[in-house]
Amino acid sequence: MSSNQVIVLEKVNKWYDDFHVLKDIDLSVTKGEKIVICGPSGSGKSTMIRCINRLEAHQKGKIFVNGTKLTNDLKNIDIIRKDVGMVFQQFNLFPHLSVLDNISLAPIWVKKTAKKEAEELAMAYLEKVKIPEQALKFPGQLSGGQQQRVAIARSLAMNPQIMLFDEPTSALDPEMIKEVLDVMIQLAEEGMTMLVVTHEMGFAKTVADQMIFMDEGKIVEQASPKDFFTNPKSDRTKLFLSQILNH
Amino acid sequence: MLMRLLNVSNFSVAKKWVHKNLFSSWASALITIFCFYIILKIIPAGLDWLLFSADFVYNFRGEQIIDRTFCSKVIEPGQHGACWAIIIVRWNQFMYGFYPVEEIWRVNIVFALTPFALLPLFFDKVIFKKQLIYFTFIFPFIAYYLLYGGPGLTEISTSKWGGLLVTLFLGVTGIIIAFPFSILLALGRRSKMPVIKSVSVIFIECIRGVPLITILFFGNIMLPLFLPDGVNVDNLLRGLVAMTFFAAAYMAEAIRGGLQAIPNGQLEAARALGLSYWQSTIQIVLPQALRISIPAIVNSAIGVLKDTSLVLIVGLFDLLGIGRAALADMNWMKLSHEVYAFVAIIFFILCFSMSRYSLYLEKKLKTDNSI
Repeated sequence: MSSNQVIVLEKVNKWYDDFHVLKDIDLSVTKGEKIVICGPSGSGKSTMIRCINRLEAHQKGKIFVNGTKLTNDLKNIDIIRKDVGMVFQQFNLFPHLSVLDNISLAPIWVKKTAKKEAEELAMAYLEKVKIPEQALKFPGQLSGGQQQRVAIARSLAMNPQIMLFDEPTSALDPEMIKEVLDVMIQLAEEGMTMLVVTHEMGFAKTVADQMIFMDEGKIVEQASPKDFFTNPKSDRTKLFLSQILNH
Repeated sequence: MLMRLLNVSNFSVAKKWVHKNLFSSWASALITIFCFYIILKIIPAGLDWLLFSADFVYNFRGEQIIDRTFCSKVIEPGQHGACWAIIIVRWNQFMYGFYPVEEIWRVNIVFALTPFALLPLFFDKVIFKKQLIYFTFIFPFIAYYLLYGGPGLTEISTSKWGGLLVTLFLGVTGIIIAFPFSILLALGRRSKMPVIKSVSVIFIECIRGVPLITILFFGNIMLPLFLPDGVNVDNLLRGLVAMTFFAAAYMAEAIRGGLQAIPNGQLEAARALGLSYWQSTIQIVLPQALRISIPAIVNSAIGVLKDTSLVLIVGLFDLLGIGRAALADMNWMKLSHEVYAFVAIIFFILCFSMSRYSLYLEKKLKTDNSI
């Protein structure tokens, strides 16, 4: 395993009771790499990235993040979660806290940053996602696109080395998708390591270093975007692409 | 309804309102007339009994009432007002039980200080909040020292406590101790750790599956059997333990309802940010869950306060117990209307303020942020 590999999955298997949701997943991600994962619903793509920060536990195989092996050891999980940020489909902002508090909460409690410093940091990240004027509002007062940008800022405030995106634009109205994708593209340009589950193929073409297509718990195809879109090898991928590109 | 009536300044608007709300159809007009008739019958008669024809210190002949034979309604069958003298003469018992009269000032100090100790717990914006919070934490010790006694103060055994003192002691202390306990139980019931989970479930279900009277009896009669010889737990303390357990089990279920309403994504987001279980619980889950469960929690608290009146069966004289003791007194017997009315009024004031407080809290939390 080279030191450049920040995430390594070796023969990862996961079951929900009898349902075999991940089957022998092998994946390796190098530092700064952007990977876009697509596939039909129920293919295990969300589950796979949720295993990387241990929101889901895998039952067989090994997962390494920054060289730390993911086990039931809570200490390892804490170490990994400090390095891995995550953005959810449903934003999952904390509705009882203001935007500013949403972002500064984790720095204050996890990193023990002083409150004032954490709030300045939060403001800096709000500038980055271009909504500093919303700092004192509550999540319920923002549009979906704004909420998702706050969620990205909240994640970035922990200064992660890897960002996981679990269908970040699927719950958004079409006119708000761009503002979120723009922030993600900017993040990609800054060299963040990113794993993105999305069906935004335009975004994938612009940003991805690798495309992954999953179906029925397996990685069916892994290729550069150019090969993936122009010359997919598997029939399943061809079918999927024809469905989502020509709808 | 009254508020809306008062807001209506213009007569024609009032007429419209009356027509629309009270006499919109034959049926509604009949019901309105019937209700007005009942109100007109009950309210004057009630007020007459409560106040206008009632005896307080002197009877209708102007003699000071010292026992029931002086009550106007006992002397003159035509007199029908309440004889509040039973409450006034026995006021100290109703408030303090058999607490020695010369030491009652101690209870009064505690009564007077209690609001200051509760203020920072119940209200957000209080002047001198920081200082008051310190006071809240030392208040139980001050109250214990004053009520029970200690160096420099005569010891007053809890068997002498009674009346409103016992009702408030059991109700307020029970609810306040039970609250953190109930949060832990609710969290425990949802825990993934089998031991913690089953302990919580067994505790909650056992307490909820049994009437409070049984728990009181259990605490009073059975508990001493389990304790080593010579360890004697105070009677009032046994009552308090029983009340606390009971309150905790019910409030735990109210809080569990709130916990269930919080989407899993909240906890996931908190954990993904690196917050520990306790940090996520305290910062993210509980503030939202408690907000949802406020009405149910206050509902249980009101129930618990009223249930304190059951302690009279284990030999504690709470407000109702003292009232019954007063009725058993040869000098005052047969004045049960007055005693029960008085006890009911006190309980109503306590419970009604709690329910008003819960409404205030709900409104405040709603305007605090628009979820």
